[in-house]
Amino acid sequence: MGRAPRAAARLWPVPAVLVVWELVTRAVGDLSFPAPTRIAAAMRAMWLSGPADRLWLSDAALANIPTSVGRLLAGWALAGVAGTALGIALGRSPLLFRLVDPLVQFARAIPPPMLLPFFMALFAIGARMQINVIVFGVIWPILINSAEGARHVDRRHLETAEVFGLSRGQRLLRVILPSAMPKIFAGLRLSLSLALILMVISELVGSTDGIGFQLLDAQRSYDLPGVWATIVLLGVLGYVFNSAFLAAERRILSWHRSAKQTT
Amino acid sequence: MLEISNLTHTYGSGPAAHHALGGVDLSVAKGELVCIVGPSGCGKSTLLRSVAGLLRPGGGEVLLNGTPVDQAPDNLAVVFQDYSRSLFPWMSVADNVSLPLRRRKLDRRRRREAAMEALAQVGLGGAEGKYPWQLSGGMQQRVSIARALAYRPALLLMDEPFGSVDAQTREDLEDLTLRVRGHHNMTILLITHDIDESVYVGDRVVVLSKAPAKVVGDLRVDLPCPRDQITTREHPGFVHLRAEVGRLVRGLRNPSAATP
Repeated sequence: MGRAPRAAARLWPVPAVLVVWELVTRAVGDLSFPAPTRIAAAMRAMWLSGPADRLWLSDAALANIPTSVGRLLAGWALAGVAGTALGIALGRSPLLFRLVDPLVQFARAIPPPMLLPFFMALFAIGARMQINVIVFGVIWPILINSAEGARHVDRRHLETAEVFGLSRGQRLLRVILPSAMPKIFAGLRLSLSLALILMVISELVGSTDGIGFQLLDAQRSYDLPGVWATIVLLGVLGYVFNSAFLAAERRILSWHRSAKQTT
Repeated sequence: MLEISNLTHTYGSGPAAHHALGGVDLSVAKGELVCIVGPSGCGKSTLLRSVAGLLRPGGGEVLLNGTPVDQAPDNLAVVFQDYSRSLFPWMSVADNVSLPLRRRKLDRRRRREAAMEALAQVGLGGAEGKYPWQLSGGMQQRVSIARALAYRPALLLMDEPFGSVDAQTREDLEDLTLRVRGHHNMTILLITHDIDESVYVGDRVVVLSKAPAKVVGDLRVDLPCPRDQITTREHPGFVHLRAEVGRLVRGLRNPSAATP
């Protein structure tokens, strides 16, 4: 089977569900549940009604989507760097781990949205507050996974590094970090979906722009197709991020998948 | 060049303590290939790890070229038995071989050249771009050997280096070891549990008793060189020596009667 037919065989439930959804919502006629075609029309009106030379993107799309995505990626990237660095330090130092682990367990147990009032008081409403909420909310899976990965580096790999006199920096960058990479990626993937959630929540509460703000705006004006359109957009964004992440992971960790298959 | 005197080591303490080494004395001259055999679990690996600086022995001393070994010396390389855990799967074969050469203060091009040369010596020219897991077990162990060769150590330690490969590959790797030692004038300490192998590759065979290990036999192997898997193994001297080593390993001779 070629690529296209295979994709068709895999994806046929999607149009099937859409057709059923369309038929049911039209038959019921409830205003809270607009038909998919109406949601699509709302999405078009909200984001794709601009001029052709801007790829039809509307002012609202250009104002809100890049802002939200930027906050999400900034928060996720900061959490990725800080979480990996801290996690590897914790994983390689049993003493540090014993001292810090209770704090980590406590901090990760706090539901991040509960910290919104605090961060709003601390930073006032705006990008800084939102990025901080995202960083604080998504750093834990990355930190814990990196620590786990760094703790379980194969002893023989470390002995080899020792015998051949690799410096501390080389051991870290060439042995410990690559060895922990599969775990780090598992944490990063979890954090990416969390970051999307926190991005929306922080924009719902404290923002004057962004996708979350648009959602709130639509809800306030009883624009239910608009609410649904935003929800669908968030779903699409989540799907795109996850697919892009998986593609990157497949490239970067190809050694891991292949090595596990042959040994 | 290697002097081991009264080396002892105990794992754990109290009634559960395991006395691995019970006073090992051994001296190896420059350029020698010494095989160490002993019953399994006798402390061969503990001995090797002490020499490599991976383990601080409980007592005694290891001198390498007159300097006490406390951490990994810079003129020593190790070939481990489990090549799949010792090679880094995230690096290409060439990177695996050239990584330790950073310690030698070579620039990138020189490191690459040294790696290619070592790979060619072990018969892996052309495999530099592959990853270790794309190679068979025997080829992976060749990569480990190439990594050690490129490093140009004065002393090469081999810990059951051919224990995880099939018989045919094992013979090939034994011959490879004999061939490359000539190029580099290395001193080699090879640990094995295979009596035939110890006699076939060694200039000397040192037999350890079961734990706590002591040296119970030290035999010089006077077999014609170059050695050959067929003719050497049917040589009367080979047959005699392997019987001798076999008796020592099984503890059938009084340690005091061992030939010095």
